[in-house]
Amino acid sequence: MSDDDNAYLGLAEAHEGDEAHWAFGTGFEDPLHGTDTALPPGVDGQALAARCLALGDDALVLAQRLAQWCTRAPELEEELALANIGLDLLGQTRLLYTRAGQADGSGRSEDDFAYLRDADAFRNVRLAELPNGDFAHCVARLLVLSTWRLAVFEGPTTAADPVLAAVAAKGIKELAYHRLYAAEWTVRLGDGTEESHRRMQQALDAVAPYLDELYAAEDVRGQVEAVLRQVADSAGLVLPGTAGLPGSGRDGEHTEHLAPLLAELQSVARANPGATW
Amino acid sequence: MVTATPDLEADREADLALARRVAGGVPDPELPMLTLADLGVLRDVELAPDGAVTAVLTPTYSGCPAMAEMRAEVDRRLRAAGFARVGIRTVLDPPWTTDWITPAARRTLAEHGIAPPGSAPRPASGPVPLVLSVRRPTLSCPRCGSADTEETSRFSGTACKALWRCRACREPFEHLKEI
Repeated sequence: MSDDDNAYLGLAEAHEGDEAHWAFGTGFEDPLHGTDTALPPGVDGQALAARCLALGDDALVLAQRLAQWCTRAPELEEELALANIGLDLLGQTRLLYTRAGQADGSGRSEDDFAYLRDADAFRNVRLAELPNGDFAHCVARLLVLSTWRLAVFEGPTTAADPVLAAVAAKGIKELAYHRLYAAEWTVRLGDGTEESHRRMQQALDAVAPYLDELYAAEDVRGQVEAVLRQVADSAGLVLPGTAGLPGSGRDGEHTEHLAPLLAELQSVARANPGATW
Repeated sequence: MVTATPDLEADREADLALARRVAGGVPDPELPMLTLADLGVLRDVELAPDGAVTAVLTPTYSGCPAMAEMRAEVDRRLRAAGFARVGIRTVLDPPWTTDWITPAARRTLAEHGIAPPGSAPRPASGPVPLVLSVRRPTLSCPRCGSADTEETSRFSGTACKALWRCRACREPFEHLKEI
């Protein structure tokens, strides 16, 4: 019987020195394995690395918040949805971190970036790190961040580097799907009961002060506002014109919520230096 | 394997065909009824004049956790088939689409209770528009064939599938989403 016929025998069988019998190996390998990693002429490696890190940090921190919904979502289906969206974002993070380590010449790995930096070195926007609220808050944040990230990936700023451009092209399909999920829930809650409408409006009000930070970081205000207006109109909700909070996660200015999130995310890696998973 | 014979070109062709067959025959870890060739995950196989073989793979989703496993298995099987020098190259562009899944593989999916994908949305040249409240095409139940089905969740056990149920036979089923 071959490994493919019986998973248990496949695991129990001795293999010649490799670890291929473990479901997904015991150690993440380079997700850009074998791709052409040369920097195109005229591309500033440090600037490219900073950009990949910032976009990676946004995705990693939001993925962690989405993962925290496991066992807490209103229904099993939503739990699966949020975990899957988080997994897509984690995949984007891995590619972006790997590219950052190539571009800055340091050769740092995805694990180095994810586990061995403190909160003040992270450049994610603050909206991603805010603690989870109710499900409406989760939907509002996901709507805003997926719409914004999609606009960034569709824009010209990811085009200069072929690897970043390819990560973006792949991410566009995923983000369009995340955005649709969040938009449909916004409409369902906004156009639902009096209570669901109230909570969805409250959630939009709560994320609104963080919008200016997104627009300052990426020049996509027009595209994002058009989509948010479209969704709010369909949902019977009001898009608040709240003034933005000062400061930006892009400058390393974070809320008090990021450090505890990272402490949890990094605890195993830091307690076991050099461990592989 | 690569041996010196009068007809080197024919040998090379045979080796390349073998490498394609071996690499393409690796099952997908999440959908083991399908191979990497069925899914369009194996993009190409190259055979260099010195006999080195390179398999070109593309991930389905950015977060697909099975990529490392696929790479290891392609490498292992090619070596077992007698290729001494094996390389794997990952390509991200063009991004994978369910349109690359072969017609035979779509039938296999249905036979295994998974509704195959329809045509993927056209690749947009500009920004992807947000289309709300459009009735999605109804799927036929892969078990009983009824068209009286509904989506219960846009996501399922893996990133590539959605969860549906059949109102006629009352069975839930998965659908490989078109991307």
